[in-house]
Amino acid sequence: MHRLWTSIFEPGFFSSQPVHVAVVIGGTAAVVSAIVGVFTVIRGQSFAGHALTDVSAAGGSGALLLGISPLLGFVGFGVFAAAVMDAIGVRRVRGRDLATGIVLGASIGLAALILYFDTNSAATTGATQQILFGSIFSVNSSTVPVILVFGVVSIAIIAALYRPLLLSAVSADIAVARGVRYRVVGLLFMVALAVAVGLSALAIGAILSTALLVGPPAAALRLTKRFGTAILLACIIGVIATSLGILLSYDSYYWGSAHRGLPVSFFIVTIVFLTYLASGMSLARRADPRRSRRTG
Amino acid sequence: MESLQTGGRTGFGGPILEVEDLGVSLSGRQVLENVTFSVGSGEFTGLIGSNGAGKTTLLRALLGLQRASAGSVRVLGQTRSVRDGAVGYVPQKVVLDPDMPMRARDLVALGLDGHRFGMPVRSKQRAETVDRILEEVDAQTFANARVGLLSGGEQQRVLIAHALVSSPKLLLLDEPLANLDLHSSQEIVGLLGRISRDQGVAVLLSAHEINPLLPVMERVVYLAAGRAVSGTTDEVIRADVLSALYGHHVDVINVHGRVLVIAGQEPLDHPNPTHESAAGIG
Amino acid sequence: MFSGFMVNAWVSGTVVALLAGVVGFFVVLRGSAFPAHAIPNGAFAGAAAANVLGVNSLIGLAVCALLAALGIGSLGRRGRRDVVTALALVMMLAIGAVFLSRSGQYEPQLYSLLFGEVLGVSTTELLPVGALTGACILAILVLYRPLMLSSIVPEIGEAKGVSARRTEVLFLVVLAMATAMTVPVVGALLIFSLMIGPPAAARSLTDRPLPAMALSVAVALVTVWSAIAMSYVTNWPIGFFVGTFGALCYGIGRVATMFRRRVGALGPATPQPSPP
Repeated sequence: MHRLWTSIFEPGFFSSQPVHVAVVIGGTAAVVSAIVGVFTVIRGQSFAGHALTDVSAAGGSGALLLGISPLLGFVGFGVFAAAVMDAIGVRRVRGRDLATGIVLGASIGLAALILYFDTNSAATTGATQQILFGSIFSVNSSTVPVILVFGVVSIAIIAALYRPLLLSAVSADIAVARGVRYRVVGLLFMVALAVAVGLSALAIGAILSTALLVGPPAAALRLTKRFGTAILLACIIGVIATSLGILLSYDSYYWGSAHRGLPVSFFIVTIVFLTYLASGMSLARRADPRRSRRTG
Repeated sequence: MESLQTGGRTGFGGPILEVEDLGVSLSGRQVLENVTFSVGSGEFTGLIGSNGAGKTTLLRALLGLQRASAGSVRVLGQTRSVRDGAVGYVPQKVVLDPDMPMRARDLVALGLDGHRFGMPVRSKQRAETVDRILEEVDAQTFANARVGLLSGGEQQRVLIAHALVSSPKLLLLDEPLANLDLHSSQEIVGLLGRISRDQGVAVLLSAHEINPLLPVMERVVYLAAGRAVSGTTDEVIRADVLSALYGHHVDVINVHGRVLVIAGQEPLDHPNPTHESAAGIG
Repeated sequence: MFSGFMVNAWVSGTVVALLAGVVGFFVVLRGSAFPAHAIPNGAFAGAAAANVLGVNSLIGLAVCALLAALGIGSLGRRGRRDVVTALALVMMLAIGAVFLSRSGQYEPQLYSLLFGEVLGVSTTELLPVGALTGACILAILVLYRPLMLSSIVPEIGEAKGVSARRTEVLFLVVLAMATAMTVPVVGALLIFSLMIGPPAAARSLTDRPLPAMALSVAVALVTVWSAIAMSYVTNWPIGFFVGTFGALCYGIGRVATMFRRRVGALGPATPQPSPP
């Protein structure tokens, strides 16, 4: 029994401080991403969400270069880009995707340049890996309060915008007719999205944070028809994915003889991906043959 | 089961389109049942029915895009296989991106051979054919404009030209008048009537409003409750025929050449008629 | 700038631009921006895996890009398209990163596969890359008409026997091959910019489809050549220039469209007839 326990929870897991910090960061990122992500998916803005993650990569690498906290870089630049994307905002869906893609491309190009400076400055080796794929175990515990504050801010924005967001997702025209300030709501949502993405970027890296943003919400939406339940379910899936990912990554250092371990982000992304696929299978089994519309 | 045949104006002796006992079920629900009618060469036929009556389903079944659960569809005497160019199709709600680099005449040219592999070969003959069709649909003035920037009525004309350019014998249009203003609507109907008359192309178009079609429509297929009645306008648009089709009392009022079909609440005195008597006219 | 090993760069860059211009034209036409961004990450994972497993990197690139394309295509039919694409994208990136972490040179290889490497194609690879590029372009030319029909008016295409689904699959395959060829030079994260910036600019400058495709290739060539030149001069990564110039192309296109609309060059030639 003891052997089983230690093979699941390798020695030192519960007492390790980096693990504590990682679990808190991961959990916060998961919850915030899940809440914002559910709205992102129903608004069909998964691409915009993904674009913001790539944009925040530029911010994070810039922060690294300037020697300030990557979190500020991720979030700060992300919010700025969110405002720009909203300003460029084109009404037609295809035009919007194109504009989003262009901003994404320009940001990645910028990230490439900054990371190039980062690696050359010798003070920051492994910058690419850290910014793009995360370094949750090496986050300073003093950052935790800041992270929690950002998390609360993002959730507060969503809570305040709950009903207009829902209405706009159903139909933009109806929302406007009912007096919803469509542009304002859209912009504020993008800000909340940027913050959520920034938090995830710290946990699993800028490039991969899309997984936490889109995966658990999409799986949850496939499993339940009720919106409130979906948000709760998404949070649960997200927290389980991050915690399990941290555990597996910690354990992986003890696997094999090389003792190198596998990154947290890899495990989290894989768990999220498998969860999504599994939710699809349950959907198929329950599928009503009369229903032909896709739901998630 | 009788099917009216008019002697064709040109060529093929039999009806261009023959539908016999067609049935279509979607997701367990019987959408169309025992639909029988035919369209002769050069005839203008309206497919009338309210929204949800099954007009689009019927048109898709005619094109072979929807599998039929019963019955048969014959075009030029043959059951569905790739009838190269014999049937032209103008679908509902075609969305054209305003930024798309395609002029009206390019879209029409695509109708000549857009389904064949390879690149389009530029030839004088092709250009002349395209010009000729554009003239027929009165689209020369905007032939070189971007197709996504045209108005609804103009786009409709371009799509009709696209369908006509391969010289089809039958033209199918799904609710072509749905989003048009009154003036454009009249223009399109006039255009289609002219094409049907002068080119001998059989036209079958669906609509939920019968009045815009009255000036040119010769025959009508009326769809309700999954069943159909066909015949000339005078034969079908009558209170007794439509009441039998709907299964409850329906009034038909004629005012100044316009027709109003009003559904009442009371069921008929006698029990539901059989299919034979309802379809026996067409 | 034009001698020695740089010849490789110019040749491979030209090949990349040709392919990106032709395939990108259809990416923009079909609105496939997101898949075009996601599929290169499959190529990335493939290159990473090939590197670690000691397999020819070209094969790794091609096979994984293909799997990614077909996977996104088939999964996307059953779930929300955009969600599936997003998840597949990150999954492939994560897998690729793990493979690379097993190799000796994680950081530099990661960087060059993601952001591009001017000398990304070695001399021995030039011939197979060139051949595959030719095959891709040939495939597009052969598919041109049904692809146009299916992309613009899919229902009419169906009625004429052009299956929208089969066309989509074929296009995704060509897109996958194209990204596999271009990722080593321009980078998995930036090939997308090259595939949408130039075509977006091209379609603002001309109303006709074939000239638009030709113009899209021309703009892509200019973009890549400038990026190579600037990268050589400043030593900055080529990906930065591709991303920035791609955005510039798009911006020029938007401005051109606004200008042409104001001048009235894009609308119908005559005003509408007034109702009776």
